[in-house]
Amino acid sequence: MSFSVTEPTNGTKWFAGILVAAYAVITLIPLIWIIATGFKSPVDSIAYPPVIVFEPTLEGYVNLFTDRTRATPDMLEAAGPPQTWYDEIARERGTVISGPSRYGERFLNSVIIGFGSTALCMILGTAAAYAFSRFRVPLKDDLLFFILSTRMMPPIAVAIPIFLMFRNLGLNDTHLGMILLYTAVNLSLSVWLLKGFIDEIPMEYEEAALIDGYTRFQAFYKVVLPQAATGIASTAIFCLIFAWNEYAFAVLLTSGEAQTAPPFIPNIIGVNGKDWPAVAAGATIFLVPVMVFTVLLRKHLLRGITFGAVRK
Amino acid sequence: MAQIRIENLRKEFGKFTAVQSSTFTIEDGEFFMLLGPSGCGKTTTLRMMAGLELPTSGEIYIDGEEVGQKPASQRDIAFVFQMFALYPHMNVGKNISYPLLSQGMPKAQVKQKVGEIAEVLGITDILNKPVGGLSGGDRQRVALGRAIVRDPKAFFMDEPLGALDAEFREHMSEELRALHDRMNATTVYVTHDQLEAIQMGDKIVVMNHGVVEQFGVPQDIYDWPATKFVAQFIGSPPMNFLDFEGTIGTGATKVQLGDVSFNVPEVREGTRGALTFGIRPEHVCLDDSAAYRGRVTATEYLGTTQIVTLDTANGAIKARLSSSDSVKVGDQTGLHFDPRTITLFNATTGQALKSAANAEVLADG
Repeated sequence: MSFSVTEPTNGTKWFAGILVAAYAVITLIPLIWIIATGFKSPVDSIAYPPVIVFEPTLEGYVNLFTDRTRATPDMLEAAGPPQTWYDEIARERGTVISGPSRYGERFLNSVIIGFGSTALCMILGTAAAYAFSRFRVPLKDDLLFFILSTRMMPPIAVAIPIFLMFRNLGLNDTHLGMILLYTAVNLSLSVWLLKGFIDEIPMEYEEAALIDGYTRFQAFYKVVLPQAATGIASTAIFCLIFAWNEYAFAVLLTSGEAQTAPPFIPNIIGVNGKDWPAVAAGATIFLVPVMVFTVLLRKHLLRGITFGAVRK
Repeated sequence: MAQIRIENLRKEFGKFTAVQSSTFTIEDGEFFMLLGPSGCGKTTTLRMMAGLELPTSGEIYIDGEEVGQKPASQRDIAFVFQMFALYPHMNVGKNISYPLLSQGMPKAQVKQKVGEIAEVLGITDILNKPVGGLSGGDRQRVALGRAIVRDPKAFFMDEPLGALDAEFREHMSEELRALHDRMNATTVYVTHDQLEAIQMGDKIVVMNHGVVEQFGVPQDIYDWPATKFVAQFIGSPPMNFLDFEGTIGTGATKVQLGDVSFNVPEVREGTRGALTFGIRPEHVCLDDSAAYRGRVTATEYLGTTQIVTLDTANGAIKARLSSSDSVKVGDQTGLHFDPRTITLFNATTGQALKSAANAEVLADG
C-alpha cells in the first residue's frame, strides 16, 4: 500500500475512533446519569455508592407532572382503589394526587419563548445581515462593531437595568418581555454569523434574478434565502440553545405567568424534601426538544461550525 | 433587438472614477466587444448598461428609450455572468425557465419554450439534472439558455469564456458566435483577451483607465491604432515602438530615425518633440542592404513563423518572420519597414498623428 497524504492509515483511523469514542463517553456520562436518575426511586437516587443497576420506576415522572398530598391510611381507605397506574404509584408512597403540576405550563412557556425569540432573531438577523452584506450602509464598520460589542459583556451584567426597565414597561413576567430580551441578546451573534454566510453567496445570483425580471425583494426571497438556509439553520440552533437554557434572567424576571422550565425544575420539592427523580425527569424531558431540533438540523450545524473554513 | 447608444456615460465610486464620459453606439444585431485590461471600466460600463450599477451621469439608450436610471428588471435584457451564476438550488430546466416565470407565462408554454431552447443548445438530456454537477461547457450552455429563452432586446456577456479551460474556450467561442449569427441579436461582450475580441467581434471598443481609447471594426483598430495603448494592447507581440526626437511638418512623407530616413504615409498634422515610430512585427523585414541596422538578440520559434528580437539604435524591435528564414543570435543585419503600415505617435500624449493612411479610421472614433 502506498503512502497517501489524504487517506488515513488503518492505525490512524483506529486511534481517531478510540479518541472520539472516549470523548463521547465522557460527554455522555452526565446525560446518562440524569436520564437514569429520572427512573430511580427517591432512595436509589441518593444512594451512596451510587446504584448502577436498579429497578426502574416512573415515580419521578408521576411526581413531576402531579401535585400530591400526604394522606393517612384512613383517608386512603376512604378514597377507594386507585383508578389509574399513576394513582397507584402515588398511593404506594402514602399520597393522593390532588391535581396536575405546573411543569406542563412551564415547559410550554419555554417552547413559546425559546422558539419565539429564535424566530424573531432569525427574521431580524437575516434582514440586517443582508443589508450589511449587500448595501453601502453609512458607518457600516462602526455599526457592525457596535452590534458585536453588545456581546462582549455577560448579559447578566445588565440585569438590574433591564429589571427596572421591564418593571416600568410592564414587561416583567410576560412572554413578550422574555422573547424581546432573548432576541436582543442573541441578535449580535446571529447578525455576525448570518453576515458571514450571506457574504459567501455570490452577488451574481441576485443580479441574475434582477436581470431575469425579479424585484430586489423577490431576488432576496427566492434566490438568497434558499442558499442561506444552511447558515440560517445553524444560527437558529445557536440562538435556540441559548434561549432554551437561559437561567439567570429567567429567575430574575419571571415568577409565574411566563416562567420557563429552567428556574422551575430545580425547585421541584417532593414530599420528603428535594425530589431528585422528579428533577431528573424534568431535566430529561427538557432536553428532548433541543435534541430533536439539533438532530434534525445536524447537517447544517456541522457546516455552521466549520463555516468559513472551506471556500466553495 | 435593438440599437444601444451610450452618451457621456460616467461612473464614480467615491473618489475613484471607473468610467469617464464614454460615448459610443452599438448597432442593432452587432456583436460588440468591450475590450481592455482589468480595472479599465469595461465591466462597469456593461453593468451600467444592464442596470446593475447606476451611472453617475450620462445617458444609456436601448431601442431609443433612455434607461439609465431604470432597474435591471425593466430593461428587457439578458446577462451572462463570468461565473455563470446558475441558481444552485434549481435544476437545469428550472434555471432556464426562471426568467419566463417572472413574466407570468403559463406553465405549458414555459415548458414548450424551454424545450425549444434546450434543443437549440443541445442540452435536452440534462434538463432534469441539478446544475451542481455540470461541466463548464454545459453550465455555459445553460447560462446561455437562460439568456436567450426570453427573446430580450440585447445580450450582455461579462467574460463568459473566462471560466472555461483553454481548449474548450475556442469551441465555445465558435458556438457563441454561431448562436449570435443565428439569432441576429445585439450582443455586448466584455473581455480582456484581445485575440478573442478580434476573432469574434463585429466592432470593438478599447478602454483604459475608464477612457474609451478607440472604437471601430477589429481590422481598423489593429492596423491603425489611435493611441500607443491600443497599439500595445492589441496584437501579440504588440506593435514595436521606436522612440526618437524630432520635428515633423504637416504634409511630410519622410521621418528621420538617427541618420536613416524612412518613408511614411503623408502626415496630416505636424508636431515636434518626443515622438514614437510604430510598426507591427509582421511589417518588419530583414534586408542586409538596408541602411537601418540591428543586431539579433533572440529568436523564438512558433511553428510556421518565428519572432526575432533585434537591438537597434532606437530600442529593441521584434520582427515576425517565416520560420524558413535562417536567423542566428548575434547576426548584424539591416531592417526594412513597410512604409504603408507605419503609425507615428506623439510620445507625450500617446495619440497617433493623423496621416493619409489612418485619417479615415481616426475620424470615426
